[in-house]
Amino acid sequence: MDLTVGPNQFFWSADRWTEFYDDLAASPVDRVVLGELVCSKRLPFFQDRIPDAITTLIDAGKAVALTSLALVTLKRERKQTAALAEMGVEIEVNDLSALPHLPDGTPFSVGPLVNTYNEGTLAWLASKGATRICLPPELPLTSVATLAKVGADLGVAIEVWGHGRLPLAISGRCYHARLHKRTKDNCQFACEDDPDGLDVRTLEGQPFLAMNGVQTLSDTYASAAHQIDALTRAGVSALRLSPQSKGFVPLCDHYRQLLDGKLSGAEVAEAICGLDSNIRLSDGFLTGKRGVDWSGKQPPDSHHR
Amino acid sequence: MVMEIVCPAGTPASLRAAVKAGAHTIYCGFNDETNARNFPGLNFDRGEMRDGIAFAHARGSQVLIAINTFPRAGDEALWHRAVADAESCGADAVILADPGLLDYAARNHPGLRRHLSVQAAAANADIINYYAKTFDVKRVVLPRVLSVAEIAAINAEIEVETEVFVFGGLCVMAEGRCSLSSYATGLSPNMNGVCSPASHVEYHEDKGVLDARLGGYTIHRVEKDEPAPYPTLCKGCFSAQDQTGHLFEDPVSLNAEQLIPQLQKAGVTALKIEGRQRSRSYVTQVVRNFRAAVDALEAGQPMPEGMLARLSEGQAMTTGAYKKTWR
Repeated sequence: MDLTVGPNQFFWSADRWTEFYDDLAASPVDRVVLGELVCSKRLPFFQDRIPDAITTLIDAGKAVALTSLALVTLKRERKQTAALAEMGVEIEVNDLSALPHLPDGTPFSVGPLVNTYNEGTLAWLASKGATRICLPPELPLTSVATLAKVGADLGVAIEVWGHGRLPLAISGRCYHARLHKRTKDNCQFACEDDPDGLDVRTLEGQPFLAMNGVQTLSDTYASAAHQIDALTRAGVSALRLSPQSKGFVPLCDHYRQLLDGKLSGAEVAEAICGLDSNIRLSDGFLTGKRGVDWSGKQPPDSHHR
Repeated sequence: MVMEIVCPAGTPASLRAAVKAGAHTIYCGFNDETNARNFPGLNFDRGEMRDGIAFAHARGSQVLIAINTFPRAGDEALWHRAVADAESCGADAVILADPGLLDYAARNHPGLRRHLSVQAAAANADIINYYAKTFDVKRVVLPRVLSVAEIAAINAEIEVETEVFVFGGLCVMAEGRCSLSSYATGLSPNMNGVCSPASHVEYHEDKGVLDARLGGYTIHRVEKDEPAPYPTLCKGCFSAQDQTGHLFEDPVSLNAEQLIPQLQKAGVTALKIEGRQRSRSYVTQVVRNFRAAVDALEAGQPMPEGMLARLSEGQAMTTGAYKKTWR
């Protein structure tokens, strides 16, 4: 099974952004998707760094793709989406709005924010040129297995959310701006202070969600650490790791060793929690009753009190 | 042309009430997971659907059938059957969200008119034109992320009709792209046709304080004698940094009645009312009010004012994303 690094979901400074992809060049991952996924207002801050990052990663032997925006409404966003096709690398479609901008016959990949829930949609995307699909994180293992089988028949690699805070929702409204009593158009980039999202707690103080501009994420970091055998049996081609600000390259190493049978799921889960004390894990969308559930042992102080 | 009122019906009785109250169009769903209001005791079996459509057609109203969840892998037949049955029941159109299902319907039921559900969250002219070209979609229900000016700009660039929500529940997140509910409860709009389901709501009272919990998470708290709003996730009360409050959205519902003239100028064809879970009397009142409003507009008369405030059940009202400052 391969490792793919998904697009960074957060707003990092251009220098931090560049450093992240420089470091990633030396990590044991096979594929990197980069670019702006969440908010079109962030893109100008690091846009000019993208070509160099692509070169660095390709020189390091990684396959590279560029993500589309997750929600395209404004004229500026439509232009940004249309311009992606001119960058000369594969596009990862994370809003179907990117499809009409791809020249006919161009192969593309599909990200987790496109609703690929069933065989019909998978086959339709394949007929349009999709060669790889990262499934929506909400899907249970039974759906993953069915879709991986269809994917194999159609020559579409199936990827699954392997690690990271789950992208649960996207909105027209910016919650970071709202928290600071601003509107989206005058947000003053309130999200830049939260490189992994801002913790949102319940009225009893339980960690629950994370705010990231127009996006809402889970508090927990989803981890497929305990699901590798099942995903392998299902025929899944790749595991997606979603960038976080702390310890990401070691994290990639842990997952690589897990896939190579050198570390157990429990060892990897423990190592991940050791990277940042604010990390709580979940894998409930794959196997549990609800998304937040975790099949392994939670560290003490977790929210599963 | 007079703007079309598209009204919800969760039961055959509501459908008949809506027709009698003057709804141009009624939308409803089959009583299974194929529609996004899959609540116990709600929706239509095949016979009820056939009879309801005949009742509406006899009185000049149309019926649309929402098949707008995302088919479960391995079980697509249930959704395919719903599309076939919609056609044989005489539906005027189906409202679909899933690309695979749109493709299936376009290939196997080309004569059955297709509308794009709000659950597809088609939020710009490029993707709307693409859906029109690819699946011959005739109308798009716009997601609740757009301002009136943006809707006007979209209509200037597309050929198909647009339908917009004007009253009732309000999704804060882009529709069809939200799994908050399944994260906390295991059940989601996309997969199960439910959001923040009642089966996972608990109220807990202690020392005069009433907590509302969803999936075990306390997301609302009031004094015992205060009204307790239903704990819908995105309208819950949370804390971040040093603030506690409705961080995503207040417990409001949408009311865009005063924007109807602007929506007409923006090129909107149809006005949609949310609430297939609502009662027959609610449906009757909302339809009467909106029908009066569009008839007044058509006759060049002023809009009746504040007509629907009493139907909001004490909730605050918002015009949502239609005004740009909402963002």
